[in-house]
Amino acid sequence: MDRFRMIFQYFQSNSESVMNGICGLLALASVKMYTSFDFSCPCLPQYNMAYGLGIMFMPPVILFLCGLILNRQSLVMLEEWRRPPGHRKKDRAVIRYMCSSIVQRAMVAPVVWIIVTLLDGKCLICAFSGSMDPEKFVGFANMSTAQVQQLLAKVPCKDDELMRNNTSRRAVSRYLRCCSQALGWSILLILIIAAFLARWLRPCFNQATLLQARHWSNYIDIEQKIFEETCCEHSRLFAHKCILHFFESMREEIKRHSFSLPREGEGAKGEEDLLRGITDQDRVNKLLKMWYHEKPPLDVSQAHQR
Amino acid sequence: MDKFRMIFQFFQSNQESFMNGICGIMALASTQMYSAFDFNCPCLPHYNLAYGLGILLVPPFILFLLGFVLNNNISMLAEEWRRPQGQRGKDPAVLRYMFCSMAQRAMIAPAVWVSVTLLDGKCITCAFCTSVPVESLGNASYPRLSQGEILRVLARIPCKEIYNGQQLIANEVAIRYLRCISQALGWCFVLLMTTLAFLVRSLRPCFSQAAFLKSRYWSHYIDIERKLFDETCAEHARSFAKVCIQQFFEGVSMDLVASHCHLPRKAPANAGEAAEKLLGITDQGTMNMALKSWHRCKPPLHLHPPALPTGNGWAEGQPCTHPSVPRRETAAYYSWV
Repeated sequence: MDRFRMIFQYFQSNSESVMNGICGLLALASVKMYTSFDFSCPCLPQYNMAYGLGIMFMPPVILFLCGLILNRQSLVMLEEWRRPPGHRKKDRAVIRYMCSSIVQRAMVAPVVWIIVTLLDGKCLICAFSGSMDPEKFVGFANMSTAQVQQLLAKVPCKDDELMRNNTSRRAVSRYLRCCSQALGWSILLILIIAAFLARWLRPCFNQATLLQARHWSNYIDIEQKIFEETCCEHSRLFAHKCILHFFESMREEIKRHSFSLPREGEGAKGEEDLLRGITDQDRVNKLLKMWYHEKPPLDVSQAHQR
Repeated sequence: MDKFRMIFQFFQSNQESFMNGICGIMALASTQMYSAFDFNCPCLPHYNLAYGLGILLVPPFILFLLGFVLNNNISMLAEEWRRPQGQRGKDPAVLRYMFCSMAQRAMIAPAVWVSVTLLDGKCITCAFCTSVPVESLGNASYPRLSQGEILRVLARIPCKEIYNGQQLIANEVAIRYLRCISQALGWCFVLLMTTLAFLVRSLRPCFSQAAFLKSRYWSHYIDIERKLFDETCAEHARSFAKVCIQQFFEGVSMDLVASHCHLPRKAPANAGEAAEKLLGITDQGTMNMALKSWHRCKPPLHLHPPALPTGNGWAEGQPCTHPSVPRRETAAYYSWV
């Protein structure tokens, strides 16, 4: 039992750390995904906005769902939410606490993606280059609408033959990048201030309820783990008994058919016990065949009666 | 038994982690395979589609099958499915649970391959370059070519070095267009897979939790029972071999005594265990004969009571006989029915 206690103390103190670790890994994975993703704006009037905004918002949704899937506690929370009350009442505060802690952790990776995207600037340049006011930029001022649209759509593509060495292109690009980075830094600042306030002001409101909710949500988590461990231990013991019972019944059958008296050899006592009366090739083959064709019933209560 | 308990707890608690680990390694392997693979679009009208779609769809199928092959539990599932009923009923829910959990893990590497392929864009560019809308993207006023000519020109889009249709449609424009479509498809595919995984995982506790707990318990039980049975058989085989070999050496020793017609020398009292373990074989010649006999005339797979002299005729140099039934030295002990 000592081993169990050690393992569960480890899990208890580290359940939060494990979840924080997964959260951090997902955030790093989102940065890595962004840097390895080959962003190529289509530079076509109707497609730019869809592509740019799609790249900015679809991966965060995917990362959020991944954050929920990879978090073990979300399953525990769902089970607690959906279980019949039985003999144990359900506490809404605990479920709310678990839900909010899961969602907060799952939000980290999407927010990291959005901020990295904004600070890099490519997405916004791609999405909004077509919405720029051409009057503000010298190179685009005196053209027909359709032409201007085409040219503005090509701004994100530096290597396009029309856009190479075009100073107006660089002006538009710089302008959009500046807006994008300003937006990125502002969002980062707002989020950090919000997190700071939430953490500092929380003890001022409902601290007792919070402590209770946190205790019972930890409890539910640990109870679930211990239940699974106990089931494993139980199934191992069950299997052990079942197999011993099987070997015993083979030995009884052999005794019944061969009328051999029990031997009294001293030196071989230990080995004979292990051999369980199965001492030649035919008997071993018969045992193996029997194991396949007729597995014993899942009932070890008879083992005690023999 | 403590050792077994520790080992089985390790396997049980870590079986899921072990399977997840294999799953993750295969996903990484599929990414690595893709980056190491040298993609070469044929740039010919009818071959492009076949090549592109083949690279997109055939490796995932291979990875899916490989996911099943590398999963140890597939043989357990097959055995449980095909065994005769005997005294133990079969539960289809358990079989379904085992199959579903294996299939889910096997799906990950193919999904990673398809996502990486679509997000990279080369396959779709190769496969669909002949379907690019030339009217909207290209130069509609270009002197009319025959349909076949246009297809041939468009098919060369992925191969920049030999592309000769710059006036028809700019190479970069076409590639950017196709890549944009491919990446959009890729992200939609990843979103779809993630949503499915999320739904499967979160709807289960809402509907069939009790049945799920039951299936999970019994599928773990079947696995543990199989492992324990293998361990017990291995233990039995070890004891069997030990007794068999011990009896062989005893037989050799007795034959030696019988052939030389002298009483076995009593080992001095203080020689201890070592002398006993020598089993009467104390010189090079005797040992060599014992080894030769072991090779030429292995004893039958039948352990007999220890007191019976069952030498196999080694000492007189007789040809080896292999009795197929055990010799009935003492009728009082057994009668085979």
